[in-house]
Formats: sequence, C-alpha cells, structure tokens
Amino acid sequence: MKAVPAILLALLFAVELSAQLTYDRIRQAVREPGSWLTYHGTYDAQRFSALDEINIKNIQQLRPVWMYQVQGRHHFETTPLVFDGVMYLTDPPSDVVALDVRTGRPLWAYRRSLPDDLRACCGDVNRGVAALGDQIFVATIDAHVVALDMRTGRVRWDVEVADYKSGHSLTSAPLAVKDKVIVGMAGAEYGVRGFLDAYDAATGRRAWRFWTVPGPGEPGHETWSGDSWKRGGATTWVTGAFDPETNLVYWGTGNPGPDFIGDVRAGDNLYSDSLIAVDVDTGALRWHFQFTPHDVNDIDATEIPILIDADFRGRPRKLLLFANRNGFFYIFDRVTGEYLHARAFARQTWAKGLDAKGRPIPNPDTVPSPKGALVYPDDDGITNWFSPSYSPQTKTFYQNVREKGGIYFRNEAVYQPGRMYLGASKRAVPDEEPWGALRALDPLTGDVKWEFRVTTPPWCGLLSTAGGLVFSGTMEGTFFALDAESGKLLWRFQTGGAIWSNPISYQAGGHQYIAIAAGSALLVFGLPASESR
Amino acid sequence: MSTTSWLLVLQMTVAIEPTARPKVTAQEVARGRSLFEAQCAYCHGADGDGGRGANLARPALRRAPTDEALFRVVNRGVPGTSMPGNAMSARETWQVVAFVRSLGRVKREPLPGNVGRGAQVYDAAGCAACHTVRGRGGPDGPDLTDVGARSSPAYIRRSIVDPQADVPVGFKQIRAVTREGRRMTGVVVNEDTFSIQFRDAAGTLHSYFKEELAEVATDRRTTMPGFRERLEPTALDDLVAYLVSLEGTR
Repeated sequence: MKAVPAILLALLFAVELSAQLTYDRIRQAVREPGSWLTYHGTYDAQRFSALDEINIKNIQQLRPVWMYQVQGRHHFETTPLVFDGVMYLTDPPSDVVALDVRTGRPLWAYRRSLPDDLRACCGDVNRGVAALGDQIFVATIDAHVVALDMRTGRVRWDVEVADYKSGHSLTSAPLAVKDKVIVGMAGAEYGVRGFLDAYDAATGRRAWRFWTVPGPGEPGHETWSGDSWKRGGATTWVTGAFDPETNLVYWGTGNPGPDFIGDVRAGDNLYSDSLIAVDVDTGALRWHFQFTPHDVNDIDATEIPILIDADFRGRPRKLLLFANRNGFFYIFDRVTGEYLHARAFARQTWAKGLDAKGRPIPNPDTVPSPKGALVYPDDDGITNWFSPSYSPQTKTFYQNVREKGGIYFRNEAVYQPGRMYLGASKRAVPDEEPWGALRALDPLTGDVKWEFRVTTPPWCGLLSTAGGLVFSGTMEGTFFALDAESGKLLWRFQTGGAIWSNPISYQAGGHQYIAIAAGSALLVFGLPASESR
Repeated sequence: MSTTSWLLVLQMTVAIEPTARPKVTAQEVARGRSLFEAQCAYCHGADGDGGRGANLARPALRRAPTDEALFRVVNRGVPGTSMPGNAMSARETWQVVAFVRSLGRVKREPLPGNVGRGAQVYDAAGCAACHTVRGRGGPDGPDLTDVGARSSPAYIRRSIVDPQADVPVGFKQIRAVTREGRRMTGVVVNEDTFSIQFRDAAGTLHSYFKEELAEVATDRRTTMPGFRERLEPTALDDLVAYLVSLEGTR
C-alpha cells in the first residue's frame, strides 16, 4: 500500500506541472538552470549548469540517490531531459521512459517494436529525446520520428524519415526549435546520401530537407565525380546547436562514402566533414565550412558546435567553437561563417598543417593502401559524438580526447543497397597502448591549459558547473569530478559499467542533482541534505 | 524501382535460414574471404583477429558454437551489440562462414616429439606454476588449454625458448612502492585511471588506489624464463608436441 500514495503523488506532480514546454522556455533555458531542456541543455550547446549547490567545497559528500536500470543491451548513450518534475530518457535502441525525478520511479514507457533486419553500422544506440509543447520526440533506429504524448507516452504521430533497409538509421536526439523538430540521420557506412530534416511538431509533416550531398544543378554538385554523389554519405548523426538571433541551426556532417576510398569520388565531396549553417525556417544553407575535404580516413565532423559571445582579437564577436574529430580546434564567426583560427589539440598525422583559410594540407602517407597506412587519429577520432563543455565561469573549453592510431588496409568497396560500403580493414598499432585525457582548452586560441589523463580512450561527454566542477567518466566505469580551474581530481564513484554518455545537472525539490548513464543504469547523485526531502 | 530492385529488397528483408549449405571448397573459402574483407574486416580485422569487433581467429566462438549458429549471427547480427545484420544471400553467408571457420584453425604439421613424454616435461619443468591446462595450474601466465588450436608449433616453440620475443597481452608486470615505503612486485590483474590490482609471487592479491602508491611502474616484460638452455632438444620437441596436442573443447 505504501507505493500507491507515492505513485499518485508523482502523477499529480506530473499532471500539475507538465502543462507546456514552450519554445520560449527552451530559448531562455539559461534562466531555468533547474531544468535540462535540450540534448545540450541549452541551444548554445555549452553544456554548462549554472547550479552551484554541489561545488568544490562539498563534492566529497556527493552520493547516489537513485538508479534506473534500462532493458536495452547495447551502449547506454542517452542524455536525459528534465523539467517539471519528470525525467525523459531513451532506453536503447528506440524506447522512451519517463521517470519521476524525486524517486526514479517510472511514469510511462514507450516500447517500440523493431524489425529484425536492422542495419546500423555501429550499434543499436540512441542518445536521447527532444521536447516541445506537450510532446516528446524520439528518432528511431528503423529511421522513423515519433511524437509521444508527454503525459502518457502514447503515440501522437509516427513518420518514416527514410528506408532502414538501405542502411538509414537514426541514433541522435532531435532538436526542437520554434514549431519544428530537426532530425539528423546516420548510414554513411552503407553508402546512403545524407540530409538534415525538419518536421512540423504538431503534425509530423516534413517541413524541409537539406541534402548534405548536392544533387545535379545544385552548388557543390561539381565536387563529386560521376554519380558518386548518390552514395556520398555526409550524414548528420549528432545533434547540432541553434542561435535564435541568427535563426541558424549549426550542424556537423559525417564522412563521404565510401569511407576509405577517394578515387571513386574525385573532388572535395561537399558537404561531407563540414559545418553547415541552415536557416531553421526554410532549410536554406546560409554558410558552410569544410574541415576535411575529400576525406579518406573516416573523420566525420559530427561533433558539437559550441556558441559563445566573446572579444576576439579586440572585437566583440559571436563565435562558434568546434573541437573536431580530425584533431584541430576551430573558431568561426557564426554570423558570417568566417574562419578565424584553428590549431591542433591532439596528435594527428593525416594533415601536414592548415593553410591561412583553414584548409588542410593532406599527408599522402596516411591514405589507406594495400600495404597498410598508419594514421593518427584512428577512425574513432580524437573526439567523436560525446559532448564537450564550455564554462563561462572559467572561460574554458573542456574536451575529452582519444590518443590512438590505426593502420588501414585498402580493399574493394562495391555498392549494394544495405551492404557495407567502406573500402578498408583496420589493424591496431602494434605495441601501442592508446590512452585518453580530459583537456582544458583556451577557447580563443585552442591552447591546452591542463589535462587529466585516463587509462583508456574515453567515450564520455562532459558537464561543467557553476560549482567550479567538471564531470566526466571512464570506460572502466568511474564517474569523476575535477576542479574546473586546475584539473585536480576532487571526487569519484565506481558505477560498475562503461560510461558512454553525457552527464547533466538539474534541480528537484530545491536541491541540485547530477545524472549519468553508465553500464545499463541511469545514476543520479546528490548531497546528503537532498535525501531528507 | 525496377522488378530486379524489388526482388533485391525482398531478398534483403527476409531473415534467411541456414539451409542448403554448399560444399566447402577452396573457391568458396576464397569468395568468403573477399566478402569478409568488404563487409566484416573493418571491425574484425583483415585476418579476423579482432579490433572493434570480436576476435574470430580462434577455435571456438562464444556466440557461434555451430556453423548454423555462425550463419545466423552473420545474417542477423547480434542484437544489443555493434554487430549488424548483413544483406547477403544464403550462398554468400555460407562462404563467409567457411572463411571464418578457416581462421581459427592452425594447420597440422608432422612433429618430431612425443606427446606423452611432453606432458611429463611440462610437469617436471614446473610450467603449471603459472599456466593452466583444463582448469589446473597457476593464474599468472596464459591458459594453454587450447593453445594447440590457436597457435602454430613454431610460435609455441619460440615462446618456450625466447618468451620475451612476443609477450601476450594481459600479463603486465608491476613494481610498486607504497607511501609507507613497502616495495612490491607482481602481475597486474586489472588497472584503470584510479586504481590497480595485482598478484604477487606468493599468490596474494593486492589492491591500491594510485594515490596510495609513491611509485608505480608497469611493463610488458615477461617473468617467464627462457628454456633454450634448460631443456634438451628432444625434451623441447616433446614439450612442443604436447602443447600442440592441446586443442581445448568446442
């Protein structure tokens, strides 16, 4: 009987508060630090929490408050959303669960029935949901977008984005902006042609599609030889950022297809490995920058653009910071797209350097060959989908990095729908022990201020907080906090499972919490005072 | 979409059953290798020895104890892992199965030694202090239960006479000094950013957070002695013959 009042209370709490998550609330998420309203927390993707109850003085007392175990078996990569007393997370591959934030008890679950012949190159994973109005949106591994009733998890609409049988899949959290849901897609390893979509949140009708590989007659089409554009990849599989003032979504794109063979697609292969700035109302491309033209090392530029306003070289500017999987840290003017600066922040050998416009000077020795070509980083990248964080308090850009090379042996790539379209096999570097680090970068130069080394290259994103902390995790399951100024280790907890996710922070009952997915559990941490609520 | 395309889609969307297996010939295996290189080697390595994907160059595969099970894994993938299903025909899938099965098997060669005498050499030389065979023996060296199925006689011989030449992964040595000045050595059992666990020569397990240690150094030098001088040539042949005979259980 004891459970009944708790559930009733939780339901009342949810019904009372979960009226609407308006666009205005999301746009002004920074004024609502107790919530986590988008995949990145805020549209600028800084992944910074202004909460400071948990801080460098009391972090030693941080302890688990509750856990939730998912049913999914693959990497648990979700970033939860939290608002109005409810946490919304994805249970891989494509389920959604709503939890009461006070107790961790489920309020509803959406369980998706999936076909048994899915084609996802890199795991049946999902990184989270978007929310807008009274709906929750999930992008599914079988390439649908589904809108759920926020109160019940019941399906409002379910639309097919693309045919999963040809290798399309959706793994990232959508981004809800104004009245639209922006959806990125994956499948470059199967020779799909990439795009970024927007759907009307109310009806599910597609509002626009921006093809990241231009078709005949479109600018950029000439950067693909023959009909290679049809299988050009350039997918959009990590959630981007949005600036309400420029009205642009900023989104990274992935590798061209086939991943490791360039001669069948002579040219720069726009807009693969690029940053695209797209008008959110129309889907029109405003500007772009290609980081890695004619990539043959599978170094997708699907990382997170972080938007900050700062004085750059004596002038206030709207900047976009981008720590790329290719090993370079870039700074742009996000209004005009002007390239301002870049520098390497980890070991890379694929480029001999960058020219004055940021275009790389390729190193021909790193092109996959039948004899094998050694390249740094390997195709998992210096970084990958996991999130960086920017603290306006310390004015520091935090990034987890992977120091690891690979040897690539060229083979054949023959396109057939639903089959891998790659062109190389890979070997580890003999006697090399890969390692990782959390690096603190100067956001205006890319210089490394300090680093905290970890044994194994990480797959964990970061959270910085106004409490002077940076949170991260390891492949061996330790969730830990560093002093955001110095990089000194302040706290750690062994979760018991590898951490493939991004931490968040939120407030419930007047107290701050930190949440992280690890192994197959979502863990929530708080201070002792928070337990007597 | 043409009729051919529709047929192709139809073929792709149906999970196929492992029936009508073609005879395993060198041609089928070669075709399997070619398919493996294009569809599988990115994760499993060109020689199937693993990477992002599992090491397939071994005599027994955990998820595929039978060829039929391996067929289903290749066709449908392994739900909940990074292993996707593949849109290959039944014939192509069998070709890949034939190639994968060829990876984990070492070719048998006529050997000069005697297996029975080799087992006695194994006992007399004290190999079981560190190595395990069928559950019996020490923990600090590789398990040899199926060493004959996964390693060539030449590799086994070299490991005995010159163990430093190719030290297997996972048997790091540690030298550590605690903050109180206690010096210790052993074999690393596990290590991460924050802590290390190791076993000393007496078999005692030690665990430290790294801040509790004043010094900690690990390296991959092996503690296995070289047996070039310690064994007569015939005894060495016998020991190799015994180890090659260890094929484990499937």
